[in-house]
Amino acid sequence: MSLSLDDVSRIARLARIEISPAETEHTRDQLNHILAFVEQLQAVDTTGIEPMAHAVDVVQRLRPDAVTEADRRDAFQAIAPETEAGLYLVPRVVE
Amino acid sequence: MINASLKELGAALAQKRISSVELTTLFVDRIEKLNPTLNAFVTVDRDKALAAARAADQKLGAGGTALSPLCGIPLAHKDIFCTAGWRTTCGSKMLANFVSPYDAHVVERLNDAGMVLLGKCNMDEFAMGSSNETSFFGPVKNPWNPACVPGGSSGGSAAAVAARLAPAATGTDTGGSIRQPAALCGLTGLKPTYGVVSRYGMIAFASSLDQGGPMAKSAEDCALLLNAMAGFDARDSTSLERPAEDYCRDLEKPLQGLRIGLPKEFFGEGMDAGVRAAVEAAIAEYRKLGATTVEVSLPNSSLSVPAYYVIAPAEASSNLSRFDGVRYGHRAAEYGDLNDMYAKSRAEGFGAEVKRRILIGTYVLSHGYYDAYYLKAQKIRRLIAADFQEAFKACDVIMGPTAPSVAFKFGEKSADPVQMYLSDIYTIAVNLAGLPGLSIPCGFDKQLPVGLQLIVPWFGEAKMLNAAHQFQLATDWHRRMPAGLEA
Repeated sequence: MSLSLDDVSRIARLARIEISPAETEHTRDQLNHILAFVEQLQAVDTTGIEPMAHAVDVVQRLRPDAVTEADRRDAFQAIAPETEAGLYLVPRVVE
Repeated sequence: MINASLKELGAALAQKRISSVELTTLFVDRIEKLNPTLNAFVTVDRDKALAAARAADQKLGAGGTALSPLCGIPLAHKDIFCTAGWRTTCGSKMLANFVSPYDAHVVERLNDAGMVLLGKCNMDEFAMGSSNETSFFGPVKNPWNPACVPGGSSGGSAAAVAARLAPAATGTDTGGSIRQPAALCGLTGLKPTYGVVSRYGMIAFASSLDQGGPMAKSAEDCALLLNAMAGFDARDSTSLERPAEDYCRDLEKPLQGLRIGLPKEFFGEGMDAGVRAAVEAAIAEYRKLGATTVEVSLPNSSLSVPAYYVIAPAEASSNLSRFDGVRYGHRAAEYGDLNDMYAKSRAEGFGAEVKRRILIGTYVLSHGYYDAYYLKAQKIRRLIAADFQEAFKACDVIMGPTAPSVAFKFGEKSADPVQMYLSDIYTIAVNLAGLPGLSIPCGFDKQLPVGLQLIVPWFGEAKMLNAAHQFQLATDWHRRMPAGLEA
């Protein structure tokens, strides 16, 4: 199974990464090269094998529902590209 | 002094034969002189380093039993660890001006021990690479041969210690990023059991695989550093709650009766003849030290690289979605609507390899492909992990090459992603299984260092360090340093 130019554009849109028309072909070829390499996984019989999501079987810890963080809004927003009155600014999304 | 072990440096500081300020000055001077050619550091700050050194000298002056054996010793952090007040770039344009508001857990731990931060080490962008060629800040040169790569992704850390610009450094290992550069630069590098070192403040690449660890000149140095780095941290949900361990406790034990497993798959085709010769000579040395060897099999190990290149990009595509140009990091100068701002900021901020992996990850997680790729790879991950459990029934430690070749030339593999991925063929399975692994220098091929890899069962770090230390008492490969960097 190999990706078409349309597939690459769709994946790039999902990933929120702009790819110029000039780059699409090269990107497609590289992604197909990698996908061809991982294709060998399909030949392995994995019937009855449980997927392994993590290296160590641990359960999520629970903690009391209490405030543990101090308010550090100013420090966190000092490194933001654009803020105003304690808010992060982005292009208008609701008209 | 630049070749001294951490234990020797600690003793010299405790006995006031040298001050931390003098030691720090020595290393900062070396960085200023040699880093312009090596490019191992992306950020160095003499004033901050000297301020930390003065504080360490005060602690040393006050003395007391609570004093860490590492107090006053300078160190470098891979630029993936967040450091309050210092720039943390992760080797990316995306974070080229990012100054973290907090310290990573590892950074806190080593600060608390009184270690002195010299600077932040160059790395492959977001730790994605095996040669340091993907860094936004340019490639790091291998101190053994500047035409060769230092390995990656912790290549700056490896080059810094190999060139004696720092006594020790931190690294992170997702698929071999501590062990492979340690091998290519002639160092000892340890990737702990998953969950032993907190990932808090360590910029995430593939969260089920990422693990921080020490890179230094010897196993003994790594044991001392791991003592300070390891430990439970509630801020990392995968940090393990275990009693504290002294990783130095078994260093001096004799190796009589140690059972070494040699996976036949690690000694087949694909390994350079010079690497094979050095690894086999090291195994012979272990037999002289009283160990026995047995052939074992890891039948699914050839699937580890393809399984990894589904799982790691999938996790990366999710983790790196946080870089959106809103809260921190690069934002494009010109854009239309919100989606356009995301897409342009990410297109400008990420380099080619990072984009490739995000796209692969996005695809394998997308509707209709999840079962065929991601779930399939996770099932194969279990087969790979089970192979190790079976092999450890017959042996205490698995040994083999760390990398199939010594350091390669710049540009040799960068045009073909898959060729580059295969340089981690012996290290990746260890991450998939969550096991501890370590690389130690064991000889040379083409005047470049060869690494021997040790792999042990979960939480076997002390035994692994014991095996490495005893080898280093009997050999001097780990004491060699690149020519032309003395004084």
